[in-house]
Amino acid sequence: MPNDAPEPAGTLTYRDAVREALSVALREDPRVFLMGEDVGRYGGSYAVSKGLLAAFGPERIRDTPLCESTFVGAGIGAALGGMRPIVEVMTVNFSLLALDQIVNNAATLSHMSGGQISVPLVIRLATGAGRQLGAQHSHSLEGWYAHIPGLRIAVPATLDDARFMLAAALALPDPVLLFEHLYLYNMEGTLTEGLERVDLEHAAVRRTGRDVTLISYGWGLHKCLSAAAELAKEGIEAEVLDLRTLRPLDDAAIMASVRHTRRALIVDEGWRSGSLAAEIATRIVEQAFYELDAPVARLCSTEVPIPYAKHLEDAALPSPPRIAAAVRALIAPAGGG
Amino acid sequence: MNAPAAALLTQTHGLELLREMMRIRAFEDRCYQLYGQMKIRGFLHLYNGEEAIAVGALRALRAEDAIVATYREHGHALARGIPMNRVMAELFGKQTGCSGGRGGSMHLFDVSRKFYGGNAIVAGGLPIAVGLALAQKLRGETALTACFFGDGAVAEGEFHESLNLAALWKLPVLFLCENNLYAMGTALDRAQAETDISARAAAYRIDAAAVDAMDVLAVEAAVARAAQAVRGGAPAFLEMRTYRFRAHSMFDPQLYRDRAEVEAWQKKGPIITLTTRLKAQGLMREEDYQRLERECNAEVDSAVQFAERSPWEPLSDLERYVYAERRT
Ligand SMILES: Cc1ncc(C[n+]2csc(CCOP(=O)(O)OP(=O)(O)O)c2C)c(N)n1
Ligand SMILES: [Mg+2]
Repeated sequence: MPNDAPEPAGTLTYRDAVREALSVALREDPRVFLMGEDVGRYGGSYAVSKGLLAAFGPERIRDTPLCESTFVGAGIGAALGGMRPIVEVMTVNFSLLALDQIVNNAATLSHMSGGQISVPLVIRLATGAGRQLGAQHSHSLEGWYAHIPGLRIAVPATLDDARFMLAAALALPDPVLLFEHLYLYNMEGTLTEGLERVDLEHAAVRRTGRDVTLISYGWGLHKCLSAAAELAKEGIEAEVLDLRTLRPLDDAAIMASVRHTRRALIVDEGWRSGSLAAEIATRIVEQAFYELDAPVARLCSTEVPIPYAKHLEDAALPSPPRIAAAVRALIAPAGGG
Repeated sequence: MNAPAAALLTQTHGLELLREMMRIRAFEDRCYQLYGQMKIRGFLHLYNGEEAIAVGALRALRAEDAIVATYREHGHALARGIPMNRVMAELFGKQTGCSGGRGGSMHLFDVSRKFYGGNAIVAGGLPIAVGLALAQKLRGETALTACFFGDGAVAEGEFHESLNLAALWKLPVLFLCENNLYAMGTALDRAQAETDISARAAAYRIDAAAVDAMDVLAVEAAVARAAQAVRGGAPAFLEMRTYRFRAHSMFDPQLYRDRAEVEAWQKKGPIITLTTRLKAQGLMREEDYQRLERECNAEVDSAVQFAERSPWEPLSDLERYVYAERRT
């Protein structure tokens, strides 16, 4: 939807970037189609697919009934049958109704069939909290999915990744889950000039620093960047690593950064117990223990169902001030010297 | 129910159907023994009593049609033409098995024959069949997808979602419900408020009928008719009324049904039914039956030898195929 105020040339939102990625994929490959709840006439519950129905028609922009398990399973079947489906699940919370298809079928068929089958399926899901949507619409379950061998999990946090990760996912023969943080859809910016593709293997250093590595993804990345800007005023230089893919995890990039800064803080909107943050912390301890100057630290969501009231929701989530505070504690431990 | 198709029966046709059912029976009976000898492990669900469904249906379908089945799928795999050696080797967990030994009894795959598995999640295959059919439709293929599942699946949400979606989108899916009256130990009427399964399918505006699945000719005729309708552009549903002669799996003491009930059904089993008819019509003698039985047993013998002699997949391959090695 055009904004009232004229925008600087090349400015777009994250939402526009995902929509552009969808348009290009649909245009370039006749096997690609998009299906999900309200992706067509409604324009997508987060307006991502707005306008695509008019451009590509109802066969390729396919509104489904409310049946997550079956339309995700149908995506798997269509992938087996030679198509390149993109399935949109409104939010990760509703993907729980499709867990069986994702975990028992998409993730297993290649291995269980001795490599005869691959499932080139892309599932897009909105994730995350921050908009006062309450406990059934605000959870960050991407870490759960990252537990599952056979799936690939990617999280576009920048406009470039929002624009190009989809093509990278479609080019892979495996099931890929792309998590779009609902807070990012309105983020504005420009694409890197000349960029044509991205990979789904490597983490990216989004800010360099020498004192501590902030490891995050999705909206957490932006919180880390704000915290890093604050910390810089105090003379603390934080390096910020955008994981980009949660499965596989780019161990090499994580360890390279941690070896350089000797301190690590993992920032994750998921909960802490049995989490992705726990996995990353463990890997750091396993691979870089003797190079650390401080224990690995984590800042995760408070272990509660995310509440509605704004002050409670804010308090439950990692925030730039809390990230900065955690960094200060790491660098100058209370009572330390 | 459909009228018996006796008039259509020729000797060759009848003997071929009989042989195919006997092959499956011989295979299943041997599996039972091999389980006792610990050659086959895990869950093993035998198809005795239900052979007419796989045999009649797969004969009526085309090689281009995709198949989705359940964990009780040895019969479907054999009737689809996956070599018995490869099915037996899979049950042994050998590398020469049709899933490389990674799937076992419940997960037979042969993509070259459009056999998309053994799915061991009750009703889990229905959405996949809907998706395969969606691909067939979008690609303008003439093929359909046949999806086999049990009466137990009717209670699952995916059954209802899948029937609705297939009907709504007019997808070429043939739903084949193998109603053997039990889901493990739960009789249909203890699980379903409405036990008329085809009526429930009809509620989704899908052409649905019930078939006496102890009569392989009735199955074949019904599937041929339904397949034609499906190729015409709408899903169809057949409730195959059948009975499982053996336990649900190898861990089932069958506390939930009487011997007498089982014996009554065995008397009208699909192999006996067809044998009686062929003999009555003078199309087969007892020697012919015995010859068929010897041939089927010999095929099973050699499948067992093949499986025994086959190698195990090397441990170094354990992590292969978690992600696809081929670009698709
Ligand atoms: C979703 C799910 N729930 C439970 C089971 C355990 N289970 C395996 S087979 C079975 C009975 C299914 O009965 P039915 O669909 O009638 O098929 P049949 O075994 O009679 O061929 C059950 C409950 C399962 N495999 N999947
Ligand atoms: Mg049953």
